[in-house]
Amino acid sequence: MIIRFFHQMGSPRYFYNVAGKMIPWFMVGFLITLVLGLYNGLFVAPPDYQQGESYRIIYIHVPAAWMSMFIYVVMAVSGLISLVWRIKMTEIIVISSATVGASFTFLALATGSLWGKPMWGTWWVWDARLTSELLLLFLYLGIIALHSAIEDKRVAARAVSILALVGVVNIPVIHYSVEWWNTLHQPATITKFDKPSMDMSMLIPLLTMAISFKLYYGAVVLMRARAEIVERERNSRWVQELVEEEAK
Amino acid sequence: MSEFLAMGGYAVYVWPSFLLALIVLVANVVAPMRQRKRVLTDIARKLRRARKEQR
Repeated sequence: MIIRFFHQMGSPRYFYNVAGKMIPWFMVGFLITLVLGLYNGLFVAPPDYQQGESYRIIYIHVPAAWMSMFIYVVMAVSGLISLVWRIKMTEIIVISSATVGASFTFLALATGSLWGKPMWGTWWVWDARLTSELLLLFLYLGIIALHSAIEDKRVAARAVSILALVGVVNIPVIHYSVEWWNTLHQPATITKFDKPSMDMSMLIPLLTMAISFKLYYGAVVLMRARAEIVERERNSRWVQELVEEEAK
Repeated sequence: MSEFLAMGGYAVYVWPSFLLALIVLVANVVAPMRQRKRVLTDIARKLRRARKEQR
């Protein structure tokens, strides 16, 4: 059954229709978890004994940072599949994830900077974690630029997949940068092997926000993929039928 | 309420973070919607023109 599912998902038309049905569910899930996460994060969770209220930026900064790495790994894996098996749909996943991945990376950097100013006394410092995250942003922008620069979308997809794979080495660097170079950014609080050093009342909203951003990514990458599919398959009959249907 | 908005004096850092997040989240939903609409209308226009030439 699973094989048939993936085989069918390979056809753009089938993917377009299934994605169309899944997007509303992702969106509803995202909105519910967003409201829960923000409510608990802003109102219920107590202030930090050292940082006071400013730590609440964590509810955007950390989920966005996790997403920036998660999305890049999804792109690298999709890129690998695209290169090895030349599957059209995984190519579309790579490029459909680029913009939202870049946005989360930018958001992580910006909110980190807004948090760093009151806590570290500076907007930016060439710290190992911050620098590798900035490199991740340039990788994303490189992927977006490379894809739009190449006319033939199949060739563009191959080039982008290669760049995504080359850049994936940066992901463990970001994660372990705080241990290896031990610069200003503090080490991992949650993504480590023993118990997260964070109280439940603060941890629950954070994990809710993390789930919320993942559901959000699910909705947006499918929306982007649908737009990409229609563009790529513009000459096929089913797209023309679709256009006539939507034009009515 | 105003005490909540003050964010313990860090309002100028906390609220822009959340505002930025809102802008980024909304933009990334609006963009694909507009992209799909633009492509569909573009195809529709080309189809109409192709049909006119056939007549």
